Amino acid sequence: MRISYREAMRMALHDALASDPRVFLMGEDVGKYGGSYAVSKGFLDEFGPERIRDTPLSELAFVGAGIGAALGGMRPIVEVMTVNFSLLALDAIVNSAALYRHMSAGQFHVPLVIRMATGAGRQLAAQHSHSLENWYAHVPGLTVVAPATIDDARGMLAAALAEPDPVIVFEHVMLYNVEGELGDAWREADLRSARVMKSGRDVTLIAWGGTVGKAIEAAEALAADGIDAEVVDLRVLRPLDDATYVASVRRTHRAVVVDEGWRSGSLAAEVMARIMEQAFYDLDAPVARVCSEEVPIPYAKHLEDAALPQPAKIVAAVRRMLGGAAGASR
Amino acid sequence: MSENIDNGETALALLRDMLRIRRFEERCAELYGESKIRGFLHLYIGEEAVAVGAVRALGPDDAIVATYREHGHALVRGVSANAIMAEMYGRREGCCRGRGGSMHLFDAATRFYGGNAIVGGGLPIAVGLALADRLQGRAGVTAAFFGEGAVAEGAFHESMNLAALWRLPVAFFCENNFYAMGTALARSESQTDLCAKAAAFGMPATKVDGMDVMAVHEAAREAVRQVRGGGPVFVEFQTYRYRAHSMFDPDLYRDRAEIEAWKKRGPIHNLSNRLKALGKLTEAQFLALDAEATKEVEAAVAFAEAGSLEPIEDLALDVVAGRKR
Ligand SMILES: Cc1ncc(C[n+]2csc(CCOP(=O)(O)OP(=O)(O)O)c2C)c(N)n1
Repeated sequence: MRISYREAMRMALHDALASDPRVFLMGEDVGKYGGSYAVSKGFLDEFGPERIRDTPLSELAFVGAGIGAALGGMRPIVEVMTVNFSLLALDAIVNSAALYRHMSAGQFHVPLVIRMATGAGRQLAAQHSHSLENWYAHVPGLTVVAPATIDDARGMLAAALAEPDPVIVFEHVMLYNVEGELGDAWREADLRSARVMKSGRDVTLIAWGGTVGKAIEAAEALAADGIDAEVVDLRVLRPLDDATYVASVRRTHRAVVVDEGWRSGSLAAEVMARIMEQAFYDLDAPVARVCSEEVPIPYAKHLEDAALPQPAKIVAAVRRMLGGAAGASR
Repeated sequence: MSENIDNGETALALLRDMLRIRRFEERCAELYGESKIRGFLHLYIGEEAVAVGAVRALGPDDAIVATYREHGHALVRGVSANAIMAEMYGRREGCCRGRGGSMHLFDAATRFYGGNAIVGGGLPIAVGLALADRLQGRAGVTAAFFGEGAVAEGAFHESMNLAALWRLPVAFFCENNFYAMGTALARSESQTDLCAKAAAFGMPATKVDGMDVMAVHEAAREAVRQVRGGGPVFVEFQTYRYRAHSMFDPDLYRDRAEIEAWKKRGPIHNLSNRLKALGKLTEAQFLALDAEATKEVEAAVAFAEAGSLEPIEDLALDVVAGRKR
């Protein structure tokens, strides 16, 4: 079945609401408006206002209330319009949701799912375009995922709801309209493993969320030059599945990490450090990265494009690494 | 009804400004359809009386903090239509060299502090601007514009309290258009009388018909006078947006009849009809004002069309102080 990412996410939410009476959805404009990215359109009529709860513009209160409802036995799904606005609820997420299990020595836990859009590409300018996944991936007590494929958009939510602890789901804004084939793999979606999207011999491109498609595009361009790139989708940003991407780098001996976040203090930096720690002697070249330029994302199209990782920048990074030697092997 | 409609000169100036905003934004909507303007575009059509009446109540040394629905405020404040249009085209001739777009207009010369697209985000900043005026012995007032949706944010309550506690010169100008995206006021507030919230902070508050520009202007002048002499004031302007929240909004949450009813009270014909009835405006004069507004907009479009792109080498400028252009 060919469906959009939005449709896949919607099916996942629908399943969750239909199968578990403890599940409810709350957030700004999830009901009457139909969801700011139209993911929950029609849900208010189908499930009613008790379970599809439009909230006021009160990010701290409704995310905090999600934590309380989870503590009280419900399975809330809280939608924050974008990661940019989640900063108004950062306190609830970092100082409460992530800590209750530990602070209470395991007496309490917070089975809460928080969904938020992230990323740039729609000319929404600096206050609507940032990728702050790594802020959350820094925090023990949280699980952070970034479904990049139709299967993961369809499958990861159920896995998130099965977790006993808080899970943050990042949905890249440029993915909602992307269409693809929904197979059966979604039924096995877990929150622990990275996935090899395309195998290759010469270099490993490590990406997640909105950059996976760009890495695949870059791999296709490189293939035309005889460079065989492997693409790994991290899928889960915390905890990182070191085994999968490190094994890949051991095979290809080279890695480029592609991250829409800013370079300094990035998740890319963490992945690179782990490769250094675990596969240093397998490397043929220093690990490289393609990140966003260190500027607030600008409005003008040409500036926004220039600020973000692009397939051409990934290709250039790989070429630099291979020193122009097409199809170089060890 | 306010009496100073008798001051035909003020009334005509306000009418002229409302027409400038209306024609500017109608053109923006078209340009969005042509993909000349991108990203989020939030139109103020229907609400013009509020920005016009309130901004015209401020002096040149006063400051403004606005939201993402701020083209009108910027225009009336004196930011040129050229600079605003070029900004929306993403051109370097724009007021922020194309970095901000529709939602982030800034202009130091007129003390226009944005263009904030985090709902409620401008309110604490307005408090700080007022604090700076106070600490430096300046008589300035800071006007903070925000929608009724922002009233649900902690930032609103914290800012109101701080401004009242420290008696800072902030005019809290709430533009109540009754919907925050698709969420109606009664579906988001337990207390829908917004002035009652101000009262909880011990702050004077008034409710004003935001479709009547003369009433807005008078109330705003009174508020600014009060703020300059003492502490903060809250004014609720009741108004309505005719268009969807943004160009992405299918607008499925409002009755067409409700929209039509508000349109009947439209601020532009509301004022022009009254002026005509008083013999202070002829149809020919009205058409001349309108033509003048359209001319300004077309000149702005031509200016933006002829604009250039910020060089990509300058992408990283203005992140922190340092390298100059
Ligand atoms: C903190 C935050 N949360 C959510 C949003 C998304 N959003 C943008 S405008 C808006 C509605 C705001 O309504 P209101 O304050 O009444 O102003 P209006 O748009 O009606 O002028 C929402 C929910 C945002 N920009 N910032």
